[in-house]
Amino acid sequence: MNVRLPVTLAELFAALEEPGARVLAGGTDLLVQLRSRAGAHGSQTLVGLERIRELQGITATDGVIRIGAAETHASILENRLARSRLPLLTAALAELGGPAIRNMGTIGGNACTASPAGDSLPPLYALEAEVELASRQGLRRMAISGFIQGPGRTSLERGEILSALLVPQAKGFDLHHFEKVGRRSALAIAVVSLAALIRRDPSGRVLEARLALGSVGPTVLRCPEAENLLTGRRLTLASLKPAAAALRRAVTPIDDVRATAAYRRQVAGNLLLRLAVLA
Amino acid sequence: MTIRFVLNGREMCLDVAPDRRAVVLLREDLAVLGPKEGCGSGECGACSVLVDGEHRLSCLMLAAQLDGREVLTSEGLGDTETPHPLHQAFAAHGAVQCGFCSPGMVVAAAGLLGKKARPSREEVRRVLSGNLCRCTGYVKIVDAVLAAARVLRGRP
Repeated sequence: MNVRLPVTLAELFAALEEPGARVLAGGTDLLVQLRSRAGAHGSQTLVGLERIRELQGITATDGVIRIGAAETHASILENRLARSRLPLLTAALAELGGPAIRNMGTIGGNACTASPAGDSLPPLYALEAEVELASRQGLRRMAISGFIQGPGRTSLERGEILSALLVPQAKGFDLHHFEKVGRRSALAIAVVSLAALIRRDPSGRVLEARLALGSVGPTVLRCPEAENLLTGRRLTLASLKPAAAALRRAVTPIDDVRATAAYRRQVAGNLLLRLAVLA
Repeated sequence: MTIRFVLNGREMCLDVAPDRRAVVLLREDLAVLGPKEGCGSGECGACSVLVDGEHRLSCLMLAAQLDGREVLTSEGLGDTETPHPLHQAFAAHGAVQCGFCSPGMVVAAAGLLGKKARPSREEVRRVLSGNLCRCTGYVKIVDAVLAAARVLRGRP
C-alpha cells in the first residue's frame, strides 16, 4: 500500500487520480477498517489530508463558521471562535473518543465515515450545517443531511473530497444541549445521543425546536413531529412527554452488541425529558 | 520510502514501507518497546506516543506520517539511571502493576504536563481517559501524575 501526503489541493487531486486511491483523514476509522481486511489492499494508495493547509482553519463570515475538513476535534475544541459560537458542536466533540482520538480524528473524517454514531453529526444536523465538496471541477455545497445517505455512504464522487463544514451559528437559540449515552464515559460509541436547539420567547414559549438523534437509525434523524409538538409550549414534563413519544415512534434503532433496539427507543425519548430540568 | 524524524531526541533516517504501522516500526525495527500494541484499534491507549508534543496512537499511524515529526516515547523521557519525575512518581506511588499500560500512561501524562504545570485531578483523569489499566483502578496513577507535576514545578 502506498501512502501520499500532498501539501496542496492541486497535488491532492493529482494523487487521487492514481488507481486505488483512497482519502486518509485522521485514520482513526479507516486504518482500523483496513487492518481488519489485511492483505486485500496491496494496490491501494492512501492519500493523506493532514499536511494540506487549505483544509485547515476556522473562520466566521456573516454568522456562518467555516471549519476546514482536516481540523482535528481537539483543535476545534481549543478554538475560541468554535467554542463561543458553536457550543452545541463543541459539547459533542468533548465527548468524542478519548484525548488521543480527538488529537487525530478530524471533523471532515467524522462526516465522511457517516456512522450513525458519529458524535459530531447530531449537532451538525441540528445546526443545519452544509458541507463544501472540492474536486478539480471546483466546489459544490449541500446540506449535511443530503450528503450522508446511509451508514458509510455519502454523496462524494470519485476525485472529490469534503473540504469544509459550513456551520451556521444558532443565533437566538437560548438552549444548546447535547447528551450522549454510552457504555462508559470515555472512548464510548454512542448508544443514543441527542442534540437539541431551542429558541424561546421571553415568556419561555418555544418558537423553534430542532432535535437530532444519533445511533437510532441508519443516519442521524431529525424529528419534525416532535419539534412541532414543542412549538408554542413551555418546556415542562407535560409538554415534553408527547414529544418524547413522537421521538420513540420516529426512531428505527437496531439491536447490537452495545444495546437492544428497545432500550435505544426508550432512551431516545428519555433524553428529551431532560430538557425539563435544563429549562 | 525514506523518512526522517526525531525519535526521543535522536535524528532518524530510515528506509521503510510507507504503510508500516508506527507501533511496529518503533517496536520491531527500532527496538523501542515502550509503546505496546494492545487493541490495535484505538481503544486502549497502550501504544500512546507524543508526536510534536501531541498525544497520539502509534497503532493508528503509518510510517509515512512520521516524516518530519518529533516522536517521544517513555524511553525519551528518561531511563533507569536518569528517570523522569513521572517514572519516579509511578514507582513511588505503586502506579505500576503489570506495567503494560504504564509507558502509555506516562506519555499521556507528559503531554498534559508539557502544556499545564498545575493540572487539577479532574484534568489528569480526563487526559488519561483513553488509556486503559486493568490492574490499578487508576487512583494511584492519578496520584503519581499529580506528584510528578509538583516535582516538576519545584524545578528551576
